[in-house]
Amino acid sequence: MILLVVQTLNGFQLGMLLFLVAAGLTLVFGVMNFVNLAHGVQYMLGAYLGVTFAQMAGGFWAGLVLASLSAGLFGLALEWLIFRHLYGRSDLDQVLATFGVILTLNEGVRLIWGSAPLELAMPRLLSGSFALMEGLRYPVYRVAIAGLGLAVALLLAAGVHRTRAGMLIRAGASNRDMVSALGVDINRLFRLVFGIGAMLAGFAGVLAAPLISVEPGMGENVLILAFVVIVIGGIGSIRGAFAAAIIVGLVDTVGRGAITGLAHLMLTGPAAAKVGPALASMLIYLVMAAVLALRPAGLFPARA
Amino acid sequence: MNRALPWAIFAALALVPLLSALGVIPGGYLPLLLGRVMVFALAAMSLDFILGIGGLVSFGHAAPLAIGAYAVAILDANNVQDALVVIPVAVLAAGLFALATGAVALRTRGVNFIMITLAFAQMVYFAAGSLADYGGDDGYTLYSRTTLAGWKVFDGRAFYLTALITLFLAWLFLRMLAASRFGRTLAGIRQNRPRMAAMGFNAYAVELAALVIAAMIAAIAGVLLANEAEFVSPAYAGWARSGDLMVMVILGGVGSLHGAILGALLVVLAQEALGGLTSHWPLVFGPALVLAVLFLRHGIAGIGARRG
Repeated sequence: MILLVVQTLNGFQLGMLLFLVAAGLTLVFGVMNFVNLAHGVQYMLGAYLGVTFAQMAGGFWAGLVLASLSAGLFGLALEWLIFRHLYGRSDLDQVLATFGVILTLNEGVRLIWGSAPLELAMPRLLSGSFALMEGLRYPVYRVAIAGLGLAVALLLAAGVHRTRAGMLIRAGASNRDMVSALGVDINRLFRLVFGIGAMLAGFAGVLAAPLISVEPGMGENVLILAFVVIVIGGIGSIRGAFAAAIIVGLVDTVGRGAITGLAHLMLTGPAAAKVGPALASMLIYLVMAAVLALRPAGLFPARA
Repeated sequence: MNRALPWAIFAALALVPLLSALGVIPGGYLPLLLGRVMVFALAAMSLDFILGIGGLVSFGHAAPLAIGAYAVAILDANNVQDALVVIPVAVLAAGLFALATGAVALRTRGVNFIMITLAFAQMVYFAAGSLADYGGDDGYTLYSRTTLAGWKVFDGRAFYLTALITLFLAWLFLRMLAASRFGRTLAGIRQNRPRMAAMGFNAYAVELAALVIAAMIAAIAGVLLANEAEFVSPAYAGWARSGDLMVMVILGGVGSLHGAILGALLVVLAQEALGGLTSHWPLVFGPALVLAVLFLRHGIAGIGARRG
């Protein structure tokens, strides 16, 4: 029971991080139909810059702000340098070029910061833990991540659903040519989306940094989970990304525990210890398959 | 010229062991490297069949490759090394995997298809990492290489010949398949799906069949790869491996089949050469890839084809 509470909280917190990465990705897909595999790089870059800036500027918070902004700027630079030349091109070209960008930047990070994992200290304000219930303490920082993620999600939802720019983004996602024909500079709009998306991924990277080890290639694991989130939620939909991020986060933590427990109930001895972990690691992909089998366009498709 | 190119490639590959036996070109390292090239060429060629002819951009083709390799490892751990068992098991396992995942992935198109195939390959990656009996994350070193009814066809110099013959047969088979009614239908679906559906073809079934066939061939490449390295690890199913296979197909020229051999040659040699110069070789390979996509649109096999 206690374990379930902790796993649910962890799942929610993972979901919030995934949402931050998936939000930018889904909007970029939605508006520009652009496959950006290099989005995970922003997450990694955010974490590395967070470590560096926190050392230089002396503190987690300064690191968080500076790293998020730099990650956003770096994303815009990449967009200007490479990605904007790929918009009209096939999915295949986009995948290959962004694959090249990942290889380059992962190695660049290794060159600058080295291969050894780095660590980022938690801010002192949030480094404690509190009593969740009797005999169970839960770290404040994880709750803070979930809270910050939720706040950003609400802000983003308000931005997309309540502002003029958000309206244009939604319009662009459902019919780009029509929006363009109505006199909206779709490329400028897209740069805005891209910059914000890159910044959010960087932000998520810094937030995650104190919980994980910061190392080259860390972006891709998150990226593929973010893909799963987008596929489940429906491409281009912020609401879908939010719901799916929480589903994936919960399934990956709660489901993992449940499956291992179930395997021990159904099978005995060494067989359970073998089947459990294998099945648990496949769980979110099986959920994805199940959703797709029922609703190929995802839970909340942006295009009707 | 382009009709002769694939035959010229195979002739050149067949001459290498002969020339190195005569001492004209250095033996040892070069045949080993080319053996590796041919293994990846086989996997890339099967990807080219679905990608180039079927238009199905799979970013998870490392999955059947890894399944084939793990079939070798798991059977090896249970003391089964005969190819007459290993290859059918590998092919069947990869085929079933492609059937199950393809049935889901083919419900979507375009970007979704790319992401889903990538996600399923990642599933194989994590599943392989959780196989504690077969090395888990650290991978598994084979006790002994696969044999064919007692013949050591996967050892030493014989490996080169086995890889070459397998690659050649696969090429003949895929070429025949591409020219068949099935292949024409597949290409037709790539070009105009609604029209083919209106003509009464079951597009879904044809594409699914293509995915299964390609996965089966990739599994054979996986069997070869496990034997070549005498080692199997979850990294075989990693996203970077899927990406490499795709790069080979694109650099070789999409849809040409034999181009995959040139692509594999280029990628493996480039990684080998750059890897010898600097451990930071992706810093050269990555930008080169970006530039190739931006400026070289039809691959190396395509340079001649477009003008002809």
